[in-house]
Amino acid sequence: MINLEIPKKLRQVGDMAHAVAEGMFRPISRKYDRFEHAYPEELDMLRSILQGMSDGGSGMGAEGLSQKKKGKSKEITNGNNMAVVLNMMEICWGDSALALTIPGQGLGNAAIAAVATPEQKKRFEGKWAAMAITEPDAGSDSAAINTTAVLDGDEWVLNGEKIFVTCGERADLVVIWATLDQSLGRAAIKSFVVEKKTPGMKVTHLEKKLGIRASDTATIILDNCRIPRDNILGTETIDTKMSFAGVMQTFDNTRPVVAAMSVGVAKAALDLTCDLLSREGLTFKYKGNRFEIPAIEAEIYRMEAELEAARLLMFKAAWMADNGKPNSKEASMSKAKAGRVGNEITLRCVELCSSLGYSEDHLLEKWARDSKIFDIFEGTQQIQQLVVARRVLKKSSKDLK
Amino acid sequence: MSNNYLIKPMSMALEMLGRISSSEHINRWKLREPALKLVYQGMRQSVRVGKFVQSQYLAPKPLDHDETLKKNIPPKNDRFDLTLTREQQMVRDELLKFAKQVMRPMSRDVDSGEVTPEFFSQVNELGLALGGVPEAINGAGTVRSPVSNMLMAEDLGYGDMSLAIAALAPLGFVNTITEFGSREQQARYLPPFTEETFVSASIALMEPEARFNVNKLKTLAVQTNAGFRLNGVKCMVPLGAQSELMIVFAELEDHGPRGFILERHYPGITIEKELNMGLSAAGMSRVVLTDVEVPVSALLGEQEVHYSHERMIDLARIGICGLSLGTCQAVLDFVIKYANERIAFGEPISNRQAVAFMIADMAIELESMRMLTYRAAGRAEQGLPFHREAYLAQLMCARRAMQIGTDGVQILGGHGYVCEYPVELWYRQLRAVGILEGTFVV
Repeated sequence: MINLEIPKKLRQVGDMAHAVAEGMFRPISRKYDRFEHAYPEELDMLRSILQGMSDGGSGMGAEGLSQKKKGKSKEITNGNNMAVVLNMMEICWGDSALALTIPGQGLGNAAIAAVATPEQKKRFEGKWAAMAITEPDAGSDSAAINTTAVLDGDEWVLNGEKIFVTCGERADLVVIWATLDQSLGRAAIKSFVVEKKTPGMKVTHLEKKLGIRASDTATIILDNCRIPRDNILGTETIDTKMSFAGVMQTFDNTRPVVAAMSVGVAKAALDLTCDLLSREGLTFKYKGNRFEIPAIEAEIYRMEAELEAARLLMFKAAWMADNGKPNSKEASMSKAKAGRVGNEITLRCVELCSSLGYSEDHLLEKWARDSKIFDIFEGTQQIQQLVVARRVLKKSSKDLK
Repeated sequence: MSNNYLIKPMSMALEMLGRISSSEHINRWKLREPALKLVYQGMRQSVRVGKFVQSQYLAPKPLDHDETLKKNIPPKNDRFDLTLTREQQMVRDELLKFAKQVMRPMSRDVDSGEVTPEFFSQVNELGLALGGVPEAINGAGTVRSPVSNMLMAEDLGYGDMSLAIAALAPLGFVNTITEFGSREQQARYLPPFTEETFVSASIALMEPEARFNVNKLKTLAVQTNAGFRLNGVKCMVPLGAQSELMIVFAELEDHGPRGFILERHYPGITIEKELNMGLSAAGMSRVVLTDVEVPVSALLGEQEVHYSHERMIDLARIGICGLSLGTCQAVLDFVIKYANERIAFGEPISNRQAVAFMIADMAIELESMRMLTYRAAGRAEQGLPFHREAYLAQLMCARRAMQIGTDGVQILGGHGYVCEYPVELWYRQLRAVGILEGTFVV
């Protein structure tokens, strides 16, 4: 039965996350935006909370993302994927930068949860894992990475340079994408777990950024870095017939999560903007001929409609994942929509609030800086449009580049 | 039949008359004559003389409470869900077949404004209006379901928006009666829709003004001792010229916007067909009301049902959004096929990012429209407040539907501009989204 309301059980998850966002994140938001490379120690407590919840099987956090629907039940469920996006949306309403640096919740953790063997999962249990994909010469074109992994006896030897590694400095492990044989293209790309302090892996640089400053963004150099053979995630064999799909599958589930980050930050901006405008006399009743109400009120409604659409598309993609429906198109749609409207809304809110929006007295200007990245990382707007276009037009990457 | 509307002002006036005439100030200031004159005028205004008009529809007895449509109470463990019920899916399959096989092929021809009676017979066989009439009086309806009605608009809109409006007009009338009509009005005006022939019926809400405001209607209704008298002009009334029954919305003196059920034979009603940018098959008409007298029983809801104009507008906005979803889907499906087949510079134009991205964005924004419309309809059905959601859905559809319409023409280039292809027709139809009000109450 068509129903686009979030049920009570899920709402409670969201409310809890909202409480963390408001009580824990907001008070330290400005501080860590100003002190870009300071470690937010207040979050260590959050790690224990989340670990407890995760062990209790709530499926929260990165692990929850890959839980596929169990059993043959045809009953519609609102499961872990929906819980994770709701949670992320609320947390990012608090502070999206801090959300990216919650100990134990790296993108590498999602990869491990998805592909690791039970033995590996045990070995890496409780460790915070970053994911290193991008290189100076390979961003959107992740199949063109140059980092190599060569088998030498019982060890892999890794060489290369990774940039834009979120949590690269703070995490305990880094999952490195490397190629076993560049001539074989994407089929030869595998991921490898490298523990911090392994000789040959070094964080050489931390980026200064436009936004999400509380999140550490690192450059990592691999110089003859040796790791045990069984630190490879997935199989060693190169199956040229297997498409990139297996690795990219993690992204089908993380795209709605990034959409959630964008929706959360935009909602924060819209909420504060409405609050500031209300204090100065504006009321929002959704009444009146839409061309005869004050322009500022019309702008708020327009943004609200766009944000609602982004939010519902995000839930749709997550709902499909929970119910075993292939959702690559919807996942990309949700990220494309949320990325662009999230950025537009946060910027517009600064403008609508004049100097209050521009000043550091309020968080509006920070959110306008934070939002930009969500339309870029984990697949840019343009890549999402490409994925959607290919699906909708039923085209391969060979035809539609 | 009590005339509550008269008694209170009358008694107040009489009380005031008593006070004035017993006041010594009146005599002192030589105000008796003017005061009496004032009172006389006032009294004359409050007791307008009207002509008694008879309805041609019989109402043996009002519907019992348990004969009316039920509210659709959702199951307890409700969850976020986008799946249709089995019945909705069956109706969807049938209506999409009708849309593709019957409506789409005649789409271009009916744009001239001429729709064959045969089309209406085929529509009648679908039993759309029948589905909105309670089972107890030979209809097929059991619950009030804005979601199901919205889905019908989406599916028929996929065939042709103007034919969809024509086909759905009687159901919109029926929905308005079951939602806002008294049990006697339901007993009187619903049975015709269970018959073998298509019965045209319309909603008359819009008025010909650039700054038309749904909440500030200029069509006026005043109370008379025989019922009500209406004056004003309505425009964009679907199937107006052929409708036997019409609900006209007017500002009732001292009460705000109210609906009035009009029968075509009531004197003073002049109807003309209008010429518009598109939607000609919907038979949009101008309805001029000159001192149209209607019985007391014409007031929608009578004394029984609390009328909410906002609710009616919102339910109709969901209907219009539904129509736009179907038509936009038609545009999208068409351009996908065209772009994949049209060769330029040695390959299909869909291989070019500029074209492919435009199509991707059309798909994304159509989904945005769909999510907002579905949410509003879902809330309306569950009895949750849905004004905000209907408002936002309409905002989204108004913007994005036209964008899709104009991009549709763009992708076809010169071919999109000529009548040989349907995109120019959809362009003209989609401009009405954002303008139409009251067209199809879900």
